[in-house]
Amino acid sequence: MIIGSANTQLPNTIIPEIMNQLVFYTLHLADCTLILSQRNGEWCGHGPILEQDIAITNITLDLLGQSRNFYQYAATLIGGGATEDSLAYFRTEREFKNCLLVELANGDWGQTVLRQFFFSAYQFLLYEKLQHSKDEQLAAIAAKALKEVTYHLRWSSEWVIRLGDGTAESHARMQAALEALWPYTGELFLPADYEQHCAADGTGVDPAVIKTAWESKVEEVLAEAGLAAATKDVPPVYMHTGGKQGTHTEAMGYILTELQYLQRTYPGNEW
Amino acid sequence: MIDESEKIWLILQTVSDPEVPVLTILDLGIVRDVSVSNDEVLVTITPTYTGCPAMDMISMNIRLALMEHGYKKVKIIPVLSPVWTTDWMSEAGKAKLQQYGIAPPMGNAGSIPADGIECPQCHSTHTKLLSEFGSTACKALYQCQDCREPFDYFKCH
Repeated sequence: MIIGSANTQLPNTIIPEIMNQLVFYTLHLADCTLILSQRNGEWCGHGPILEQDIAITNITLDLLGQSRNFYQYAATLIGGGATEDSLAYFRTEREFKNCLLVELANGDWGQTVLRQFFFSAYQFLLYEKLQHSKDEQLAAIAAKALKEVTYHLRWSSEWVIRLGDGTAESHARMQAALEALWPYTGELFLPADYEQHCAADGTGVDPAVIKTAWESKVEEVLAEAGLAAATKDVPPVYMHTGGKQGTHTEAMGYILTELQYLQRTYPGNEW
Repeated sequence: MIDESEKIWLILQTVSDPEVPVLTILDLGIVRDVSVSNDEVLVTITPTYTGCPAMDMISMNIRLALMEHGYKKVKIIPVLSPVWTTDWMSEAGKAKLQQYGIAPPMGNAGSIPADGIECPQCHSTHTKLLSEFGSTACKALYQCQDCREPFDYFKCH
């Protein structure tokens, strides 16, 4: 993102009254990808080996690119001087509509790749449908991103299998990661108001319709990884929700503190 | 007598990709359209990868190249659809990549062969995938099993 492009607007450019469901939906798509890219970006220079450091940061860059496309589009819908930067840097925690899964701390490498796998599998199915959206711009962004997500899904699946089916240590860590992350997967498929609204008018996708396909992809990979298939848990675990509506976990404030610090402290500052 | 937009295409042929400087933006196939209306030049471009950080620089370089030739009003229009694919890369571009030491894309978009990509150094096809992600978003990393050189492969996309 170009920090402080000429018409960066300061807080209050976003007026709730003018928000419509398509704007909320687009911001939700943007926020999910921005926050996951911010999380994955923490691995830059810290990956377990050089090639994988490069891989996770490549994925990060793809996600950031997707978020820019969504924010730029949301900014044109909002008008009034909103920009991709004002939307990323000057909204408050309650205005962010990302799912909780993407904001959780990275944990170890196993937890990071498992989260990426859960999210990529979801994104793949979502974008496959979104590329047929009646909204031309959302369709174009999804069609473009789908090719990249295909790589993310394959890479993360391979890592889940490699670690799950690896040593006793890596297996135990993956099992722990699975238990930590699983309660945050349910939210992906519980539609928020704006998702239902946009699905109804053909611009968006109701995530509930991709749930079964997601579960079978996840079961297939977890089975190959030798990890307990959490999808068949009895009784079902409690699923955390709220992120899509702006009620986040403790982790979110810390992310925004780092992400927004510069523009909050020196509003409109440029490189 | 060539018309205005043909002159602009010729200028664009001099703008190179900042990451892979042997390729021009026309070799890459990212310029979709050029038109002129009321002294304003409109150049429609499309990104190779969503997050390609070179796009902002490419836009700036297009602007600079056109300004050097006296075009003061330049508008760059980014479009995403139809989606760019490596099929749009020119044959000349693929040959230049190979000479530069980057294996050009081959096969179907989205596929990443585990082996068999021709080594740009010794032309052996006895090569192996090291990582699906290379030095930039558009490349994967391979190693030649004969000359042992690691090399970038421009992924089919």
